[in-house]
Amino acid sequence: MKGWLGKAKSLLILGALAFVLSGCGRDNLTALVPKGYGAEVSMNLIILTTVIMTFVLIIVFIIYAFVLVKFRKKKGDAVINPEQVEGNKTLEAVWTIIPIILVVIMAVPTVFATFHLADDSDKEDHINVNVTGNQYWWHFDYENEEISTSQDLYIPVNTKVYVHLITNDVLHSFWVPSLSGKLDVNPENVNTMYLEAYEEGVYFGKCAELCGPSHSLMDFKVVVVSEEEYEQWVADMQDFNSEEVELDAVAQEGQELFEEKACISCHATDTQNYSAGAVPVGPDLTNLGDRSRYAGYLMPTKENLVNWILDPETLKPGNLMTGNYPDVTEDEADKIAEYLLQLKPSDVTAESKEK
Amino acid sequence: MSTAAMGKRSFGAFLWDYMTTVDHKKIAHLYLAGGGFFFILGGIEALIIRIQLIKPENDFISAGFYNEVITMHGTTMIFLAAMPMMIGLMNAAMPLQIGARDVAFPFLNALSFWLFFFGGILLNISFLTGGAPDAGWTSYASLAMQSPGHGVDYYVVGLQIAGAGTLMGGINFLATIVTMRAPGMTYMRMPLFTWASFVTSILILFAFPPLTINLFLLMFDRMFDTAFFNVALGGNTIIYQHLFWIFGHPEVYILILPFFGLFSDIFSTFSRKRLFGYTAMVFATMLIAFLGFMVWAHHMFTVGLGPVANSIFAVGTMAIAVPTGIKIFNWLLTMWGGQVTINSAMLWALGFIPSFTIGGVTGVMLGSAVADYQYHDTYFVIGHFHYVIVGGSVFGIFAGLHYWWPKMFGRVLNETLGKWTFWLFFIGFHLTFFIQHFLGLMGMPRRYWVFLHDQGLELGNLISSVGAFFMGVGSIIFVFNIIYTAIKGEKAEADPWDGRTLEWTVSSPPPYYNFEQLPLVRGLDPLWIEKMEGDGTVPPGEPLDDVHMPNGSILPFLMGLGFFIAGFGFIYQDGQGSLWYLALYGGLAFAIGCMVVRSLKDDYGYYIPKEELQKALEGEAK
Amino acid sequence: MSHDHSNLFPETLPAEPEKATLEGKNKFFGLWFFLGGETVLFASLFGTYLALKNSTAGGPASDELFGLGLVFLMTMLLLTSSLTSVYAMFHMRNGDFKKMYLWLAITGLLGIGFLACEIYEFAHYITDYGFTFRSSAFGSAFYALVGFHGGHVLFGICWLILLLVRNAKRGLNLYNAPKFNTFSLYWHFIDVVWVFIFTVVYLMGKVG
Repeated sequence: MKGWLGKAKSLLILGALAFVLSGCGRDNLTALVPKGYGAEVSMNLIILTTVIMTFVLIIVFIIYAFVLVKFRKKKGDAVINPEQVEGNKTLEAVWTIIPIILVVIMAVPTVFATFHLADDSDKEDHINVNVTGNQYWWHFDYENEEISTSQDLYIPVNTKVYVHLITNDVLHSFWVPSLSGKLDVNPENVNTMYLEAYEEGVYFGKCAELCGPSHSLMDFKVVVVSEEEYEQWVADMQDFNSEEVELDAVAQEGQELFEEKACISCHATDTQNYSAGAVPVGPDLTNLGDRSRYAGYLMPTKENLVNWILDPETLKPGNLMTGNYPDVTEDEADKIAEYLLQLKPSDVTAESKEK
Repeated sequence: MSTAAMGKRSFGAFLWDYMTTVDHKKIAHLYLAGGGFFFILGGIEALIIRIQLIKPENDFISAGFYNEVITMHGTTMIFLAAMPMMIGLMNAAMPLQIGARDVAFPFLNALSFWLFFFGGILLNISFLTGGAPDAGWTSYASLAMQSPGHGVDYYVVGLQIAGAGTLMGGINFLATIVTMRAPGMTYMRMPLFTWASFVTSILILFAFPPLTINLFLLMFDRMFDTAFFNVALGGNTIIYQHLFWIFGHPEVYILILPFFGLFSDIFSTFSRKRLFGYTAMVFATMLIAFLGFMVWAHHMFTVGLGPVANSIFAVGTMAIAVPTGIKIFNWLLTMWGGQVTINSAMLWALGFIPSFTIGGVTGVMLGSAVADYQYHDTYFVIGHFHYVIVGGSVFGIFAGLHYWWPKMFGRVLNETLGKWTFWLFFIGFHLTFFIQHFLGLMGMPRRYWVFLHDQGLELGNLISSVGAFFMGVGSIIFVFNIIYTAIKGEKAEADPWDGRTLEWTVSSPPPYYNFEQLPLVRGLDPLWIEKMEGDGTVPPGEPLDDVHMPNGSILPFLMGLGFFIAGFGFIYQDGQGSLWYLALYGGLAFAIGCMVVRSLKDDYGYYIPKEELQKALEGEAK
Repeated sequence: MSHDHSNLFPETLPAEPEKATLEGKNKFFGLWFFLGGETVLFASLFGTYLALKNSTAGGPASDELFGLGLVFLMTMLLLTSSLTSVYAMFHMRNGDFKKMYLWLAITGLLGIGFLACEIYEFAHYITDYGFTFRSSAFGSAFYALVGFHGGHVLFGICWLILLLVRNAKRGLNLYNAPKFNTFSLYWHFIDVVWVFIFTVVYLMGKVG
């Protein structure tokens, strides 16, 4: 038994070591390396509470180890009847009062931070994005800009961007761990929070409330660009008209198929018909050619796009596209993909920001 | 009734005996067997989850089935495994600890069990009839309303039936402790396990009704098109979350408080020392229970309730650390200066302290609302509550089984196998769940069917999955231990641990009437007092007289069966044909008919003549 | 059997026959605990109702629907029935079986009267206003709360009838006294809940 235990211990130590080496997780996903204001405020509290609680843990472990070493009945010890102690008022007072003090030390900054982050009085002065959660994709509607996108949220760096969250179907939760803590996306009320990113880059967003089979695939990206690039991107999006895109013959066929196969009845391809608050039935494809991922998580290759058009059910079980369009052959899917890949309104893309 | 005599009877008679029993000790066996069965089921579901998450983008099971498995794992472990085994231990020990012959309502006790059993079976039949519930064990309204098929209907009806049984159990234990304590057993002389059972029963009494209502509302919305959670008609899904957690948070304390009591008894017994700070322990238990009702919305920090609500619930949540801390230190000081014997039961108790403390401190960390914006619904939370529920309740169940096995079954569980179980389970447990705290912060939300490649989550998930198998092997060894002990285990004396409380004054297993004469209690730890100051036996508190006993009955089983059948009627009430109609009304009529029979038929019970008791006493004296 | 249960049927009943045996005491405490749980049950429904009472989704609202006259009559019926059950328990403690029966029967009749009014009330809402439990969240919450209470009254009446029929020829003893007593406690509880419904649902619905 001893030898086996030793093995288990070394396995444990090895595992822990490997874990430390692997670091704190992926840079633009982990909450442990905050890249935005909300995440930083949370991280400060995480550190504060962790330090205090580790202190408590260490004290408990020391007493625990001491008791086990000192008072354990060893082999051959005679049975004794120890003194039956009822208690000790002083000691009991100590371990009541010290925890109360520790709780106060943690509670005060918590309350402060809670009110601080909930303050949205300056939202009029900042960019406001209306976010709609759908099974299993996200829609972003830029207030006053007359543009909307799906899946990729473009925001400028170092400024507050308010997101106003509501769902079209079931509960979701909006979470970009590197930038900020999460907020639920409810059907009955709009929840508001803000993102304030410190660095340009592409940050991974996730749905954090069980919303059906493809809950784990309901990813989105926040693309943080410079102020100028953001202005540029908005202007490009506003000007983009998919009718005016120059298409080669294959893409041309693809465009016709896009209409023929009823894709167009659910997916918007430009913002020319934008109306505030309207959420398309399926993701907005205006800048599909610039998308950082397809279906939220597939690398942006044509092959993935074709596969998606052919069989979305396998790639995202339970999605609402499955079965809602006529059969598409591989050749047709290829053409549609060719067309969609031409939808590139802007030079400001996620690709340029992704490390 | 000895095990040898039981072996001679036919299996049918044995089965009939258990189906009609109203004896708290046999009902304890039933609860433990039923809970153990569901524990294995839930464990298999856990392994399926960990296999699916062993590598990124795994396709071991489909997304839809994965959601069914996580839902059933949570529901099964909480409602059908942990709670029933806990109630089983209460049934086995609490009446003996207060010196009672049974619980206040033996008939109701049997009914509680059968409702739990049939509710649990109903819930699990959903796997065979086209899909189990798949909206998470919380079954939040918006997804649960949309969930196709009958899965969520099974959840609603199954839990409603099982929950009714639990509620009855709570009332039963409360009345028992109030009215049936032995002479001299004042409240402040009750063993901590009894105290914990009492406080837990209060929690059950006040926490289960909101669940009942919530399930009704969900059932009406799903089956009869009402509009409680239908936003288009003015409904509100946040109500579901509130009602669920007004139940759900106290439920956490329902799962842990009895084991706080049990561990107090174990530490005290195996340190050969009186519990340190008994009064503080009792009041800390009550305070935890009270605060447990005040903090439900910390499960809802990210719902958008606003900073005022979030702050209040954050501070309240952190405050629970204070009474819990008192308990931890009192346990440590109970061992301090004692003579600590380490055996299987004590190992689980000793494993509990570091494990549960980790679960406790992460709980405080979760209480910090803004920090929780990051933790919420991630694997950090999964890690936290498994540290609490496994490190507290499951360790507690194992400890309780090792501690009371001799009392319940007359044999001592094998020590070597017990230690193997502990170490495998303990190491596996920490391997599985410690790393999950980090996975959560690294960006892995809970209830994820797959995690993606290249997101830094591979290693953590692999370690976690490996750990799960250690726990699996540990549990298998425990099952083997049970079989081994039944065949070859050493016979237990009345008092194998040199115990302190009343359950160790009666033979192992106890006679069906528990005590020939109710004992006279002269203080806290009555048996220990008599060992130190008297002749080692607890004196009788009443003259020898005829003992009144309740009659057994098959009606509880039949009532459970009736509701079970009616449950199917409810689930399939939107279906075609008349079968559902028959099931619904037939089942209900049958169950209510049984109740009417029970009401109209006089049942005075029977008396054990004192001559028989006299003979038993003389037998013991020899 | 050395014992024939004769202790349950004494010549003269003790002062509190409902609590004279351990079983009686258990029933007494058990029912009190049960009522504790019931309180939370109704509290949950009240909470739901308060949260949804203005969510009429364009359907009829509370001040259009409710007529206080009928509700006042119902309140009086139920309050009186509570009083009559007190009389019944008074006679039980005096060992007067016949008078206890009389007052219990009156209690039951008043309960039936209440229930009849409630059924009329619901039918009125449904036929005259088309207001059902599917109309709006308010409708669902209203029928759930008031209907749940009505269900409790119905259950109480069935319980009482069973008790009265079963024990008609047996007289009072220590076996059935606790049963009458627990019924009476239950009935008071139903009455108290109605007072809250009257205030929170009807008065506040009409005024607030």
